[in-house]
Amino acid sequence: MAGVELRNLTRRFGDFHAVDGVNLSIREGEFLVLLGPSGCGKTTLLRMIAGLERPTAGEIVLGGERMDGDVPPRARGIAMVFQSYALYPHRTVFRNIAFPLEAAGMSRAAIDQKVRRAAESFSITRYLDRYPRQLSGGERQRVALCRALVRDPQVFLLDEPLANLDAKLRNTARDELKRFQRQIKRTIVYVTHDQVEAMGLGDRIAVMDAGRVRQIGTPQQIYEDPVDTFVATFVGQPPMNLIEVPGGALLGFRPENFLPRGQFPAGEPIRPFGFAVRRVEYLGSDRYVYGTVTDAGAGDATVIAKLPATVGTAIPDGETLPFAVPERALCSFDAATGARRR
Amino acid sequence: MKLADREDVLGVVMLAPALSYVILLVGVPFVLAIVLSFSTATAGSLTFGWAGLDNYAAILRDPVFRRSLFNSAVVTIGSQVLVVVLATAAAQVFRAAFHGRRTARFVLLLPWAVPVSLAAIAWTWIFDSTFSVINWTLKVGGLMHGWLYWLGEPGLALVAIIIVQAWRIFPFATIIVLAGLASLPQDVMEAAIVDGAGFWRRLFHVELPLLLPVVAVAVLFGVVYTATDLGVVYILTGGGPANTTQVLPTLAFQRGIQGADLGQGAAIAVFLLPFLILAAIAMLRLARHTEVGAR
Repeated sequence: MAGVELRNLTRRFGDFHAVDGVNLSIREGEFLVLLGPSGCGKTTLLRMIAGLERPTAGEIVLGGERMDGDVPPRARGIAMVFQSYALYPHRTVFRNIAFPLEAAGMSRAAIDQKVRRAAESFSITRYLDRYPRQLSGGERQRVALCRALVRDPQVFLLDEPLANLDAKLRNTARDELKRFQRQIKRTIVYVTHDQVEAMGLGDRIAVMDAGRVRQIGTPQQIYEDPVDTFVATFVGQPPMNLIEVPGGALLGFRPENFLPRGQFPAGEPIRPFGFAVRRVEYLGSDRYVYGTVTDAGAGDATVIAKLPATVGTAIPDGETLPFAVPERALCSFDAATGARRR
Repeated sequence: MKLADREDVLGVVMLAPALSYVILLVGVPFVLAIVLSFSTATAGSLTFGWAGLDNYAAILRDPVFRRSLFNSAVVTIGSQVLVVVLATAAAQVFRAAFHGRRTARFVLLLPWAVPVSLAAIAWTWIFDSTFSVINWTLKVGGLMHGWLYWLGEPGLALVAIIIVQAWRIFPFATIIVLAGLASLPQDVMEAAIVDGAGFWRRLFHVELPLLLPVVAVAVLFGVVYTATDLGVVYILTGGGPANTTQVLPTLAFQRGIQGADLGQGAAIAVFLLPFLILAAIAMLRLARHTEVGAR
């Protein structure tokens, strides 16, 4: 087992800084998620760790060993699962899984034994003679994981492995991935743009934007304690509300913390707001209430309140109602830089 | 209603030029050749007698025809083997990013664009019994002591023909393979890299198997072009020495046009058809069976 150290890692394509001086320390056995919008550099970062992309500057240390740009992927002790799974279409499942072992020059008997054992642990033994095109998306994913695992790598690199699955399958696939990690106890670096995956899978999340890591922390830290307005609005569905307040600041609070004043117990310190309701969306388990805050200087940015079904208060359109946010759930940001004010 | 709105009529109108071209210049001669091969027709006479299978029986008894059939097979298979090896190798080179790649690709395609007759005449000089640059190079390079009479000895003449045919098809095949390479899924190739496969393993276990359908198409074209080509052999050796390098098209030309025996010439020409059809079916099957990557 081994951790991953990235020091000032940089990759430029011409003038474009795809990855811009990233420092990151991934612990042994950790499930680290690189989360960010498309084009933020997360996949380039992963490909540099894999050795498929050469860094412009900076260092990569895998398991205590410095990897120069010349160290080929096969010598890095890594395995990678691609978004498309990248199975070999002309080979059966068995021969897909056997491929890395054949490349390592293992004997046929040993390959046979290893492949069968690995296939068993992913419950894909009955597909061993099939071709990838004969498998469903979920089955292909398991084959891809199995092919990655069979080499016994120190670090697993996963590039959006759930993106090609339909929404129904994704929940189960996520659960399988988490079980997979518990079982193998290896370091995993996982790239995604889907915050639900990131929150559900990651021990820690590194939120990236424009080639830089904005924040790294546990899902809870990222969600409750964002370091800037980018993280605050990128994570969370619907995103964190931001309203202007006097003093060049933005006040942020999560929609689920923005509730009718009557919902708070008497002693709790709260920040009251008038909420001019424009529209209510009924979503079954929740209601989303859209409107604006009427306090002086608050601007007219749309604010969303997320009321769970347990809150029965009637919310008529077009009226201004007394709402509030608990003080503990308020975050203050600098309006000019977006950075958090403590 | 205007013509532009009548799709049924418009379709026929627009197809008509192409269709009449195919019927007049491909269909009619094709049918005519088959009919002639069962006739006693000769050039310069308007009699047309039914010969049944006589023409076919006659050519099958003829050692020159059998030699031509053998030569056709050797030249076609030999040149295509050469083409496949050279084209897949060249495609690897032309895929790499290097300075002047566009120019290099253009130059590569030139043999394909040169008229067969011109190219064949140039090759007759390359293989000339006195001035052969190949011999000269081998001699100066100290690789050969005697002298090769390329077009004068039956075996060597056949080799020369194979070389020229391969040279002619090779650029086209390279372009096809290059296009195939470009369409290979990039992440499958990268997965092979991450899985620890070196260059040769990636080439033989991933890239070439995935390229097989494309290569099959290139070979199919090559087989048809080579097996039906008249010009190269006609100009290079004229079928000689002593009919030892005749191939079916040159023999058909010799018997049917120069020898005026239209019936037998047609029979020789038509003889190739079933083999080419079988080759085409086999190639397309192969291509379909290996096309497993399609979702």
